[in-house]
Amino acid sequence: MLDDFFVRALIAGIGLAIVTGPVGCFIVWRRLAYFGETIAHSSLLGVAVAILSDVNLALGVFFTATVVVFIVFLLERHEGLPTDTILGLLAHGGLALGLVLLSFFPGVRIDLHALLFGDILAVSRLDLLVIWLGGALVLGLLCWLWTPLLLTTISNDLSTVESRRPLMSKLLFGILVAAVIAAAVKIVGVLLIVALLIIPAATARKFANIPETMAIGAALVGVFSVAGGLFASLQFDTPSGPSIVVAALVCFVLTRIPFGFLKGSGQTKQP
Amino acid sequence: MPIAVTVIMDSKILVDAQNIGVNLSNRWIFRHVNVTVEQGQVVCIIGGNGAGKTTCVRTLLGLLAQTEGTVNRADTLKVGFVPQKLEITPIMPLTTRRLVALAGKFEELEIDNALSAVGLEELGNPSVSTLSGGEFQRLMLARAILRKPDLLVLDEPAQGVDVSGIEVLNRLVLDVRDETRCGVLMISHDIEMVFDIFDDVLVMIPHEYDQLRHSNVA
Repeated sequence: MLDDFFVRALIAGIGLAIVTGPVGCFIVWRRLAYFGETIAHSSLLGVAVAILSDVNLALGVFFTATVVVFIVFLLERHEGLPTDTILGLLAHGGLALGLVLLSFFPGVRIDLHALLFGDILAVSRLDLLVIWLGGALVLGLLCWLWTPLLLTTISNDLSTVESRRPLMSKLLFGILVAAVIAAAVKIVGVLLIVALLIIPAATARKFANIPETMAIGAALVGVFSVAGGLFASLQFDTPSGPSIVVAALVCFVLTRIPFGFLKGSGQTKQP
Repeated sequence: MPIAVTVIMDSKILVDAQNIGVNLSNRWIFRHVNVTVEQGQVVCIIGGNGAGKTTCVRTLLGLLAQTEGTVNRADTLKVGFVPQKLEITPIMPLTTRRLVALAGKFEELEIDNALSAVGLEELGNPSVSTLSGGEFQRLMLARAILRKPDLLVLDEPAQGVDVSGIEVLNRLVLDVRDETRCGVLMISHDIEMVFDIFDDVLVMIPHEYDQLRHSNVA
């Protein structure tokens, strides 16, 4: 069964979606969308580092992404620059540095298109193992961090007063995001990974009344988008990464259409 | 037995600040403040806007380092904190009971009791975004009480609460104090709101240490 490239793609995508759902919820709650973009953009530097030092791609991306997370934290605490300025600096700095670095090695050829938009159909058995094992690790760590991180999101002061160590929670969460993005680069690519974090979470918000149901809902929406997007890409011969994101977008739009209004019955009933 | 009486009267000091001051970006937010909160005591900090009341409380809680002076907190001091204002992002779904339960590991019955103590037993479990200002403050108080704190800290709890609500809130704070013997540190911008309840009061004056004021004096 795993011999079929499509089945491998499906299993990899579903494994990723189960993790991006809950992690994505914290991304939207903590307003970290641009933080996610920064990690994703700068992962191109990670790709360059991985190729030049001949290590596994995901490992290289994870390593540089973690370094970027630490730099963000340090700059935020000491430089007095606004967060979005710091993030913009690192996002585009990392992207440019990665491309410049690669140009010094004319013998090295990379498929930039695959990096930017993903190449889920090229997922290997080893990739599957990395995604599912790494995913389990990330989810386990997120469960452990759940309550402190939730309280820190609601109020940093409360979290500090109640000895929940908010700084450590935030830093560990940053590393979790780095891990998720490292695993996802091959599947949806640098430019689309944040969509897989944000869109399912935003879709699930409508049906949730507590954070936990939103996280589970986001994972379900993600799984549904991956399956729908991949089948559609097979059917219509469209690129797989973007098809997954479009499927997620369709889910979001469908849940936001006020169907009651479309029926035209109106809210008030005549006696 | 006089010895027993001595033991009861000997209150434990929960937090003690001597001559503290905070300077942020070359401006003294406040200076020369002395505060001590003992077990079972209600201490109020009053003063106008910009007097540094919240900054002072943040310093006492260890959320902010003081520029000068010393702050001593009792070992393993457990604090129940009701912050001035909490803005919970609308994209996070949160019910009242879930918010209260984030205080730690508690039985449902304990949560019920804490909610009853602040008069929210009839509330059910609605989304926190539907609560009024007063209801939200009482919910945060319930959350603070649930932790069985040694020190209860309230930053302008009366904000957005009407006059009858203030009396209820003050009564509540005194009840909690009487029941648990915790110390209470409470901020208000208006002395009338806390006049009935305090054992000690610290008055902070806005702009007392601003440059302009000093040059005028000189």
